[in-house]
Amino acid sequence: MSAAETTTAKVPPRRHSSPPAGDGRPSAAPRRTRLRLGQAATPWLLLAPCILVLVLVLGYPLIRLGTLSFQDYKKPQLWGFKPATWVGFDNYRAILGDSEFWSVVVRTIVFAGFCVLFTMVIGMLVALLLQRVSPWVRTLINIALVASWAMPVVVAVTVFKWMFDSDYGVVNWVLSQIPGVDYSGHNWFASGPEGLSVIMMQVVWGAIPFVVITLSAGLTQVPKELEEAARLDGAGAFGVFRYVTFPIIKPLVVMMTTLSVIWDMGVFAQVWLMRGGHPEPEFQLLTTYSYDRAFGVNDYATGSAIALLTVLLLLGVVAVYMRQMLKIGEVE
Amino acid sequence: MSAMTSSRAHTGSAPAVAAARRRRNAKLGWNALGLLVFALAAFPVYWMLNTAFKPAKDAIDPTPHFFPYPVSLENFRRALNISDFWGPVERSLIVSASTVVIGAAIGLLAALAISRFAFRGRKVVIVGILTVQMVPLVAMIIPVFLLLNQIHQIDKLSGLVLTYLTFILPFTVWTLRGFLVNIPKELEEAAMVDGCSRTGAFLRVVFPLLAPGLVATSIYGFIQAWNEFLYALLVMSQEHETATVWLGTFTTQHGTEYAPMMAGSTMMGIPVVILFLLVQRKMAAGLTAGAVKG
Repeated sequence: MSAAETTTAKVPPRRHSSPPAGDGRPSAAPRRTRLRLGQAATPWLLLAPCILVLVLVLGYPLIRLGTLSFQDYKKPQLWGFKPATWVGFDNYRAILGDSEFWSVVVRTIVFAGFCVLFTMVIGMLVALLLQRVSPWVRTLINIALVASWAMPVVVAVTVFKWMFDSDYGVVNWVLSQIPGVDYSGHNWFASGPEGLSVIMMQVVWGAIPFVVITLSAGLTQVPKELEEAARLDGAGAFGVFRYVTFPIIKPLVVMMTTLSVIWDMGVFAQVWLMRGGHPEPEFQLLTTYSYDRAFGVNDYATGSAIALLTVLLLLGVVAVYMRQMLKIGEVE
Repeated sequence: MSAMTSSRAHTGSAPAVAAARRRRNAKLGWNALGLLVFALAAFPVYWMLNTAFKPAKDAIDPTPHFFPYPVSLENFRRALNISDFWGPVERSLIVSASTVVIGAAIGLLAALAISRFAFRGRKVVIVGILTVQMVPLVAMIIPVFLLLNQIHQIDKLSGLVLTYLTFILPFTVWTLRGFLVNIPKELEEAAMVDGCSRTGAFLRVVFPLLAPGLVATSIYGFIQAWNEFLYALLVMSQEHETATVWLGTFTTQHGTEYAPMMAGSTMMGIPVVILFLLVQRKMAAGLTAGAVKG
């Protein structure tokens, strides 16, 4: 609220509706009302272009996503040869009765879950490490982190694909240097779990910088005296973290985690590019699965239904994020 | 006597010396660990540059060469010759710049509304913008494609700009709001007391203070638009592809040649990294300002 407290435009809503009777100056009342109305309209006028664009490119498609999922919409409907017909819950029945869909759901949740877990744990450890190293090491790590943060996803994926190449990849060479291990010619993408682990590594590598830099900023706000006091009272390093540091940065951790869940459930380009535009069945995640249904076999309705189910799956996470934002007063 | 005091002094300082040594050793250990983290984080970038700058035949030597010696620009020449590079770059620049300019203009007005005015429905608008920011864009791709198809914007740069606004706009509004909240309103009020109109106060007092934040937000938005892949892939045809798609579908007649590909990656990635290094500090401050409050 602090932002608006002293603005001249602040109009207490209740007084606004009270009649000007008994004011003694009835002639001034209409003018003042008009002035107030003008002021009340200003923020909405400022917001209008933004809301208009968002409704067009986000609101409308969101509703369309819902309606599409209850229709029969394939190539003829796309080209306008045939009108879309309503089919009720047929699409959902077909999807939910398909065992492939369920294996994709499980794979996506496991994949995203591990991505988030590794991102948050490693991110937290690196943020704590940054507090303990010499300034020059901190600068080096920061530069590396910002560079990997800024890397376009397409570039990062290309580089990882090259590093994990079966014939000339540097990773196979490094692993083969370990005595008794021979990884030369090893194909990382021959099996789904192994390939997805490589993709996971790339996702985590790209996601850690944001977490580290944000958590580092949060850690600087933890009062040194509190940690000192806990240490004097006999708390070990872990105790200090568990009972002093963590509670203070917890709001940040919750926000980072929810954001990571949403981002990692939405991983698309990584899988799509690593598999050369045609992810094999054991590489499919909800995003690529929905995309394949829509643009691979031109079944836009089924694709929409899958996408909508993904959004519903994420709704709970979004709610947690919003609650946190409301709690720390960011929305005021 | 003197021997006694000296020996006492000695025993007294021994633990201190030991503690100092322990601290130094601990610091050494942390630094070593820190350097390991640095090596792991930087390795992909290093490997990209290393591959890009060495002769192509060294890239496919079974024993990797860890330094690009002799330095060669052959891969860059090849990457530029394999398919048109500057066309996609030009399209990406046009799309990213238009998105950012439109996004900053519209977003600034909206940010002003939610940070400088009190009105009914303000909280709803803020929650709405935050929620919109959370919608995974991948999930929206089918209806957005159908919408663009309906309004004849498929394979048009303007269509791509329109879709990019969906993620640039909420982000811009939210970040600019963060910068605006940190500019004291008293400054504006003082200007208005001195006879400025509300608009005048904004233009003369708030805007100069907001400018660095606006630039940082715009550059960040520019990077986001420049890096986008999925919508660019779907909306644009192959002959009008953008830079990310150019790299993503980089193939030569001999299959995938990694050395020129790394040269292409370098050309795409390094400008972005430099831009990002310029604004990162400012953005991190804006994103986390006031986040640790309760």
